[in-house]
Amino acid sequence: MWRRRRLVQALSRLPALAARGRPLGPGGGRAYAPPPERKRFYQNVSISQGEGGFEINLDHRKLKTPQAKLFTVPSEALAIAVATEWDSQKDTIKFYTMHLTTLCNTALDNPTQRNKVQLIRAAVKFLETDTLCYRVEEPAALAELQKKEWDPIVTWAEKRYNVAIGSSTSIMGPNIPASTRDTFISHLASYNMWALQGIEYVITQLKSLILSMGLIDRHITVEKAVLLSRLEEEYQIQRWGNVEWAHDYDLCELRARAAAGTLFVHLCSESTTVKHKLLQD
Amino acid sequence: MAALGSPLRTLRGLLRELRHISGSAYRDTAAYRHVLAAFRAHRVTSEKLCRAQQELHFQADTYLCLLRSVRQHQALHREYHGRGERTPEEVAGLVGFRLPRQPGGKG
Repeated sequence: MWRRRRLVQALSRLPALAARGRPLGPGGGRAYAPPPERKRFYQNVSISQGEGGFEINLDHRKLKTPQAKLFTVPSEALAIAVATEWDSQKDTIKFYTMHLTTLCNTALDNPTQRNKVQLIRAAVKFLETDTLCYRVEEPAALAELQKKEWDPIVTWAEKRYNVAIGSSTSIMGPNIPASTRDTFISHLASYNMWALQGIEYVITQLKSLILSMGLIDRHITVEKAVLLSRLEEEYQIQRWGNVEWAHDYDLCELRARAAAGTLFVHLCSESTTVKHKLLQD
Repeated sequence: MAALGSPLRTLRGLLRELRHISGSAYRDTAAYRHVLAAFRAHRVTSEKLCRAQQELHFQADTYLCLLRSVRQHQALHREYHGRGERTPEEVAGLVGFRLPRQPGGKG
């Protein structure tokens, strides 16, 4: 009798169990499970034009940002792309696939509360740790590959912006002169706040300011920029083989993010006008 | 300038991706109409080297890369990373046990 009571006392000291026998977390849900995914609660996605720009409608409800602001974008093409992202969700909403929506939310909410100067400073700071400027000395094949693939892009950037960048094999990295930094700062200052958020995003994803400028200036495609950013990984894959569930997974994710960032920058910093020429006869 | 390939190929790829997204109703979507209108508008110009044309082609290529890589990423996630953890019942079932059922609940 007393043994059973001891047992019950010992068992009751265990963490509370729900009726189905699983441990409970602080909110009453499973302690180590991710939050349940939201189901797709809308049928149609459409776009409408408001005073601030273009808005997205999920059925009849207007889309809002995480900080409950109205979701407005300046460009119609961007609004259509965001609507397509929402439309492509089947059954559950996977926010991690909606890169353009995330970028727009970041631009609208500015959760890190950075102003233009801080954004530009964060972007140009990456030049000191730019991937393209860090070279290895061995293995020789990789050093050769880096020289062959990365040197043309660095030369292009130096010529296009009239700066000196260089590359280095030391752990301290290249010595970037202040004039180079100033040139990039003044160049980036010509973009608006939304485009700057996109540029900073692309730089952070590709780990390279030079590659991002190459994308923004349409000098290289997204696939090529991602390949150059992952050059060492690609070299190792060539040597040791490809692991689909890791390498391809990361490759697709990086491509998606870089493409979303680049598209975001271009759509936020352009203005299209169509001039119809009349036939003169 | 970036090596982009032929615009027709980009357009076909974009339409294929849109079809993956929307299924058979892809021709009614705003994205389909916008893409076709943009390609048609920039087809005929009087300039031989049209900057707007190249800009549009680059944008279309970037959007195609985005759609394609998102779809491939989701497919890879479903195949390799989508299963999640086993429930306690499944774990017990691995070694042939069943979890006890307490009629009044525990604790």
